[in-house]
Amino acid sequence: MAAQGSILDRGRIEAEIIAMLSGRVPQGVQVSSETQILRGLGLDSVAILDFIMDLEDRFDISIPLDRVAEVETIADLSGAIETLMRAAR
Amino acid sequence: MSLFAKFDGIRAGVEALLGSVRNPFDVRFDRVLSPTEALLEGRPVLLLGTNNYLGLTFDPACVEASMRALEETGTGTTGSRIANGTYSSHALLEQRIAEFYGKRSAIIFSTGYQANLGLISTLAGRDDHLLIDADSHASIYDASKLSTAEVIRFRHNDPEDLAHRLRRLKGRPGNRIIVTEGIYSMLGDTAPLREIAAVKREMGACLIVDEAHSLGILGANGRGLAEAAGVEGDVDFVVGTFSKSLGAVGGFAASDLPDFDLLRIVCRPYMFTASLPPAVIGSVIAALQRLSTDKSLGARALSNSRRLYGGLEQSGFKLGPEPNPIVAIKMPDPARAALFWNRLIDEGIYVNLALPPATPGSLSLIRSSVSSAHSDVQIDRAISIMTAVGRELGVIAAR
Repeated sequence: MAAQGSILDRGRIEAEIIAMLSGRVPQGVQVSSETQILRGLGLDSVAILDFIMDLEDRFDISIPLDRVAEVETIADLSGAIETLMRAAR
Repeated sequence: MSLFAKFDGIRAGVEALLGSVRNPFDVRFDRVLSPTEALLEGRPVLLLGTNNYLGLTFDPACVEASMRALEETGTGTTGSRIANGTYSSHALLEQRIAEFYGKRSAIIFSTGYQANLGLISTLAGRDDHLLIDADSHASIYDASKLSTAEVIRFRHNDPEDLAHRLRRLKGRPGNRIIVTEGIYSMLGDTAPLREIAAVKREMGACLIVDEAHSLGILGANGRGLAEAAGVEGDVDFVVGTFSKSLGAVGGFAASDLPDFDLLRIVCRPYMFTASLPPAVIGSVIAALQRLSTDKSLGARALSNSRRLYGGLEQSGFKLGPEPNPIVAIKMPDPARAALFWNRLIDEGIYVNLALPPATPGSLSLIRSSVSSAHSDVQIDRAISIMTAVGRELGVIAAR
């Protein structure tokens, strides 16, 4: 695992997101880069926002709510995190 | 595709959950008899979920003031504050609110929701940074959506997390605006306001505190958590509502900042809606007077809260962290929460059913709100019935 604050590429960010989700989504839910966050994870909107907060801690960035609203898939989320990490550098 | 198809999931969830229980979105009281009693389905119920913290809805002075205003000035203003909707009573109430909080000025809104919506969305402009507690009320979230600022959530009641998120903004332009609440509406917990105020000072941010559930309850003079925590000087804007402790409807914001009244010409949720009816203004002025002169009301609400909280805790229920007038029982799952809520109505007790995603941490809650008007007998009866229903449904262990 890379140290917090260092830049990760999108693929590694995505792998970490999927790993972090594994213990949170209901049994039987398969998560991939194309999984829809709102409809595909089996989590309610508050649980999703709480998960995003964990991602913020993990990657040492803040993800503003308007950015969260623009994100549809795990791949989108990975891209947003990568962009924010680069901007925070 | 139907316009409403997007809500199919929500509808299915509600239908599956409710099954044979009453629909909590369709409770209709036949008649409300007092701050603590009503008729529902033709039978008496104890009201334990109405946010009527000081029991002032039937206070003779409030009712009389309301009726006098109604007779003297009519049923409604039929206009907005920026047109024909400001009567001398609106201005007087604003003056009384400002005096109560020891602030330079106060602005009243038509609901508490609109107070947050208006204040926050107007203050937080482009390039500003709005930092809101993760457990914030829907009005704060909606205000955030309406604002053009960057919105960041901080972990609930975690000043260190707030500070960390503020530090991440170092070097970026724009104002930092922190929003917190006095008592949180779902679990009844209070904010660590002294510590949040310290972060605010250190980081040069501005602080908004929503005292909706703490007005009349906390602080020696009932001004809320900021008074109780001794940090009123750090609070740039106090927000509150007339629909809980003051027994009516409406909201307000108060501030010492000299330009605060500019909001009257830039704050759209203030400008483009009808003002409060005179009868409401009349009762709120009287209720504020009652609150200011009778300190026993808040004390009684708190002692009643401790009585309910202590009794339920003793029965083995899992509760919110503090004995405030909001007493929340944590249920094992949404289905059991709905059953519990339904059984309480069968037994003559009305409380609130609160389910995810309206709750923090995806909790299923039975939410009570305690009033100074509740008698010990009523509270003890509620504890006894809740305990029996809790055992019946396996929420707590059998005796």
